[in-house]
Amino acid sequence: MSEVSLTIDDKDIIVQEGMTILEAARSVGIDDIPTLCYHEALAPYGACRLCTVEITSRGKSKLVASCTYPVEEGLEVNTRSDVVIAARKVLIEMLLARTPHAKIIQDLAEEYGLKETRFKVDRPEELCILCGLCARFCEEVIGASAITFAERGIDREITVLPEITAEACIGCGACAKVCPTGLITLEDIYGRKVLHSEAGLGPSTPIYVPFMYAVPAVPVIDHDTCIHFKTGGCKLCERFCEVEAINHEMEDEYEEIEVGSIIVATGFQQFDPSAITQYGYGRYDNVITGLEFERMSNASGATGGNILLADGTEPKSVAILHCIGSRDKNYHEYCSRVCCMYSLKYSHLLGEKIPDVDIYQMYIDLRCFGKGYEEFYNRLQEEGVNFIRGRAGEVTNVAETPEERGKLIVLVEDTLIGRQRRIPVDMVILSVALEPQADAEEIARLVNISRSADGFFLERHPKLEPISTATDGVFVVGCCQGPKDIPDTVAQASAGAARALAMISKGRVEIEAAISVVDEELCSGCKTCIPLCPYSAISFGEEKKVSVINEALCKGCGTCAAACPSGAITSRHFTTEQIMSQIEGVLV
Amino acid sequence: MSFEPKIVGLLCNWCSYAGADLAGTSRKKYAPNVRVVRVMCSGRVEPTFVVKALQSGADGVLICGCHPGDCHYIEGNHKAARRIPLLKKMLAQLGIEEERVRLEWVSASEGDRFASIVDEMTEQIRELGPFNPNGGGQDG
Repeated sequence: MSEVSLTIDDKDIIVQEGMTILEAARSVGIDDIPTLCYHEALAPYGACRLCTVEITSRGKSKLVASCTYPVEEGLEVNTRSDVVIAARKVLIEMLLARTPHAKIIQDLAEEYGLKETRFKVDRPEELCILCGLCARFCEEVIGASAITFAERGIDREITVLPEITAEACIGCGACAKVCPTGLITLEDIYGRKVLHSEAGLGPSTPIYVPFMYAVPAVPVIDHDTCIHFKTGGCKLCERFCEVEAINHEMEDEYEEIEVGSIIVATGFQQFDPSAITQYGYGRYDNVITGLEFERMSNASGATGGNILLADGTEPKSVAILHCIGSRDKNYHEYCSRVCCMYSLKYSHLLGEKIPDVDIYQMYIDLRCFGKGYEEFYNRLQEEGVNFIRGRAGEVTNVAETPEERGKLIVLVEDTLIGRQRRIPVDMVILSVALEPQADAEEIARLVNISRSADGFFLERHPKLEPISTATDGVFVVGCCQGPKDIPDTVAQASAGAARALAMISKGRVEIEAAISVVDEELCSGCKTCIPLCPYSAISFGEEKKVSVINEALCKGCGTCAAACPSGAITSRHFTTEQIMSQIEGVLV
Repeated sequence: MSFEPKIVGLLCNWCSYAGADLAGTSRKKYAPNVRVVRVMCSGRVEPTFVVKALQSGADGVLICGCHPGDCHYIEGNHKAARRIPLLKKMLAQLGIEEERVRLEWVSASEGDRFASIVDEMTEQIRELGPFNPNGGGQDG
């Protein structure tokens, strides 16, 4: 594309042909041209005319809207001449007459030294300046066309047709974002405040850095919420990314990688407390899980670190219910180990953020087993947290007394005073159990390890081999092996890494000497041994029609040797002859 | 002289052999009638070993393995738990008392348990009397 040279405010510049004057001015740092309807993602529209500038070409001068007027060779542009300022003032007066309360118009008026408008104010409550940003954005970028203009002339207005919008609107909130006067708000779109349930634990935008310490610290696009994958439009990020790093066409790929050892660190999943209906999770807005509280309390979270109820106010009293789904025969019998301590931490956080909050901890036992944990518990008792020994029975909103009205009432048996209690609170936090990932069975089968009765991966020995598994070179670390807190997880993970490195740096694998071998002459190919091997070390050699033992996988238990009907399998160092003679020997 | 039973013990290397070792190192006093043969896993125990022991003059056979779920080889003891009862059924058909063959789970920490099992089994076999491979019948 060829270049064009022109003058803007006595500055000689050279720009690409096809740019508008506004774009050219902005590209050289002149960015005080006011505009209300221009958006760099949209086609030029020229609705507000505030970007008016004076152009002089071949001795003639005139006023044009800089956002729609393309640059021309030899053009002289003045963005601040008296004529321009006078024209803008009239425009602002007219806008002021249309939307007297719009903040952005009031600010503009002040900037241009206007106190009031000479024109008649017909509708003092009007906020729409008909810039069309919302409708154009919805159509051009989002591709939803849920908002549109209706009528003509003085009746022209922005509107939604319920029957179209109900289906077309994807609730992306772009219209609210671009509306210069604040006419459209997110509240209008969702019909209520956006809080807990929407914010949830997920990212707040479709493009996000997975977490603060992500390596590499690059953003990812959430396929489920990205507008492009909903409507096929948008791709704004792709347009504006200067280094062209965004590619919407990328797809998930499966890669096969050969490795020497595997560290399984698949973690846990949170127990879904809506299964225990009496605690009201999912029914009452202000019953939340520990992780949701954690998210709320995080300064980079959905509420910016403020602890809020669903109606946006601060809770005055909070109950923290321990052992939801753990230490419970109906769900998980084991103790989830981390909940006591994080529940105590929440008390402390709550006390810090809302100084006069009443906190109730309802526990079966407090298991403060770690270094400095007991001291922390003692400190909280001094801080005035109410500890009630007893598992909460129910959370209800059915009030029995005036004080309970509008609150959540926790029914609990206080076993220390031997009495049933009703405790009205604003917010209930459920300290839910840690449970194995839903696909743990699949993973176990994939890497050939087993699971203990509670569903977590089984270590080779609970005390002496807490991270090894029955399969050499496969290690389990972290919560996939059982619930554990951060220090324990870090210790285990370090151990796993060290073990893997030790194997790798050695460069070779020592195999058991006492393994089983097949006598091919004797093997009848009955395959009895194959399903018996716990290590899947035996396969069937189709060529010779005999069983083949993989020496690297065999651990030498001898189960196959004991079962072989033709006596073809010998368990080295524990051969049948050897054991038979030993038996004879001990009986002499 | 009172009858002293000879019992062959087939002990798995990881749990029961270590358990028997513990019984010894902790100076437990128990019947000296079990003569131990070490195998890597209770799953290695072929039923013929038991038959061989009885044939060779044993009055009883004790097989010990890890507790279910604790097997060093994941599930070798499960195999034993299926083989030995079958064998006992067969021995019963041959007129051999069930008490002569016993399968027990002994972990490496259960020295006490190993000692008491041995004591108990020795007493039982003492009451049964010596085992006669030829059945002691008319042809015997």
